[in-house]
Amino acid sequence: MAVSTSAPVDLSAALVLTPTSAAEWLVVLPVAWCLAVGALLMMLRRWAILQPVIALAALAVLVLIDVALLDHVARNGPTTMVMGRWLPPFGIAFTVDLTGALFALMAAAVAFAAGIFSLADINESGRRYGFYPLLMLLMAGVSGAFLTGDIFNLYVWFEVLLISSFGLLVLGSEREQIDGTVKYGFLNLVATTLFLVATGFLYAVFGTLNMADIARKADELRAGAPLMTLVGLYVLAFGMKAAAFPVNFWLPASYHTPRVVVSALFAGLLTKVGIYALIRVTVMLFPVEREELSFVLALIGALTMMVGVLGALAQTDFRRILGYLVVSGIGSMVAGIAIGGPGGIGGAIFYALHSMLVMTGLYFASGIAMRLGADSSISTLAGLYRKHVGFAALTLMLCFAVSGLPPFSGFWPKVMLVKAALDIGAWWLAAALLLVGFFTMIATGRLFLLAYWRESTRPDAGGTTRLPAKTFGPLAALTLLALALGVYPEPLLAMIQNAAAGLAEPSAYLNSVFPAGGPQ
Amino acid sequence: MKSIIFRTVAPFLTGLMMLFSIFVLLRGHNEPGGGFIGGLIAVSALAIYGIAHGVVTVRRAIYFHPMAIAGAGLFAATVAGLVSLFARVPFMTGLWIYPSVLGVEVPLSTVMLFDTGVYLVVVGAISSIALSLEEGGGA
Repeated sequence: MAVSTSAPVDLSAALVLTPTSAAEWLVVLPVAWCLAVGALLMMLRRWAILQPVIALAALAVLVLIDVALLDHVARNGPTTMVMGRWLPPFGIAFTVDLTGALFALMAAAVAFAAGIFSLADINESGRRYGFYPLLMLLMAGVSGAFLTGDIFNLYVWFEVLLISSFGLLVLGSEREQIDGTVKYGFLNLVATTLFLVATGFLYAVFGTLNMADIARKADELRAGAPLMTLVGLYVLAFGMKAAAFPVNFWLPASYHTPRVVVSALFAGLLTKVGIYALIRVTVMLFPVEREELSFVLALIGALTMMVGVLGALAQTDFRRILGYLVVSGIGSMVAGIAIGGPGGIGGAIFYALHSMLVMTGLYFASGIAMRLGADSSISTLAGLYRKHVGFAALTLMLCFAVSGLPPFSGFWPKVMLVKAALDIGAWWLAAALLLVGFFTMIATGRLFLLAYWRESTRPDAGGTTRLPAKTFGPLAALTLLALALGVYPEPLLAMIQNAAAGLAEPSAYLNSVFPAGGPQ
Repeated sequence: MKSIIFRTVAPFLTGLMMLFSIFVLLRGHNEPGGGFIGGLIAVSALAIYGIAHGVVTVRRAIYFHPMAIAGAGLFAATVAGLVSLFARVPFMTGLWIYPSVLGVEVPLSTVMLFDTGVYLVVVGAISSIALSLEEGGGA
């Protein structure tokens, strides 16, 4: 079943002899930079004062690197660097297209905001425990997953980010945290194992792990190989990672236990890595199988949305509500993948980027609210509006954004998805998307009404308070970014349309990996 | 542990195993061996020393915190990949130099630096686990 290797392979073609340009280094730099800084912070673990300074500077540099990378990719198309001077498919390729670069940049921006927020949220013991090295290694894993062009390497980066996330989850070693970590860890290990099984299977069928190589070989193998099974396994594995229904229960069970900044990071980044991998595998590598599975994916998407938002309506704990809203957002992205086409895929990508921003912002807001109100349940939290009007306004904006109301970033992806769903005649999916938006408004409205607008009955409620810049700043920055993307989405929209087109028709991606046909 | 024979032999055994681990690390470039297995042998040496003389002695003997050693290893491995930036070849390309030390040609490479990094990561990470476990055992 494997690809026939009877033709003699010219191995000498596998050695790259042309010198690499500095721009190509941008492809690996985000990962190498995070790894190096993470290692450095591990060595400096005694200097708890230095840790946040170095980590913040490093995250700022990471944002700049990712901006340069996005700029390079937007101008010159997908860029590839193959490790150790081997040509693909022998060497491990890092191939960055617009999708990967956009995700990496947004992840870096969110991580930078979280880095600032952590100054107030991570205390001395958290620093000694290694919050900052773990943060950098998490970013290495996340960036690696977005930038790699090799499916086994993708698995490796999943492992890297998973291991770092375990460390971040148990930071503090409280009983509840360990409980959450066990659930999170167990389900993620199952998903990772499935991913590995699927990858082994794929290697047996294709004889290659390079994504570009897989994409170009899929057509000739489709007749004889069980590709449907393969894609099914991948969908299940990535669906688990992304917390799609019916394997979504681990997320609300674990995201409310760690420190606020940790759950904000996880909500922003980790599930989106699953969505990214799902987009990469189903849309770029196996488009025919995605078409076949589209009804199943649409059903999963609709159910995930519904389960998420109904869960959010039923909860009273601030962070648990947000956990369910994360799940609900994942449903919209899966629906976008199911719809396919430039509108569906573009909508899914836009929704993922928007969700990274807004969910992280909302988790920041939950942290500030819990500190102001000294409570985490919205049935007892009250009077936050009186305490800080600006904070209440920002939270309200984020609530609108997550519900998909204009003029915030959630509006455009929702429009794209609904339009794309109607275009292919999936009116029920469009209806589900709109209904979920409406329910999300109710859920977040309830949150705002109870925790912010309701007068506090406590005697010690007091008047207005001031918020430190290190918690208020990142929240304001993310909210304003969400507003900016909602008011002026054209540049991002243009890039996302190019990204979606590049995924649907990956010839530029293939050309970048195998210039002018390449070996074979 | 109480056994006097074990307590007497342990330091020699530890030293020997440490030497052997470095031998395995360096041998690994062309023959079976390498950073990972060398690191495991080094950790076994530390574990033996810990069983014989207590974890505190081991922690004092290795001077650095195990996680700091692992960090140094990861840093070395990353730097080994980044060296190729200056040679205008892709990340992680193996680069060699052949300096002559006392008339003997010594081949040095980024590959060896990477392997040393792996060695240190394994020593740091596994000894961190092993020492915590021995501490927990109430030895």
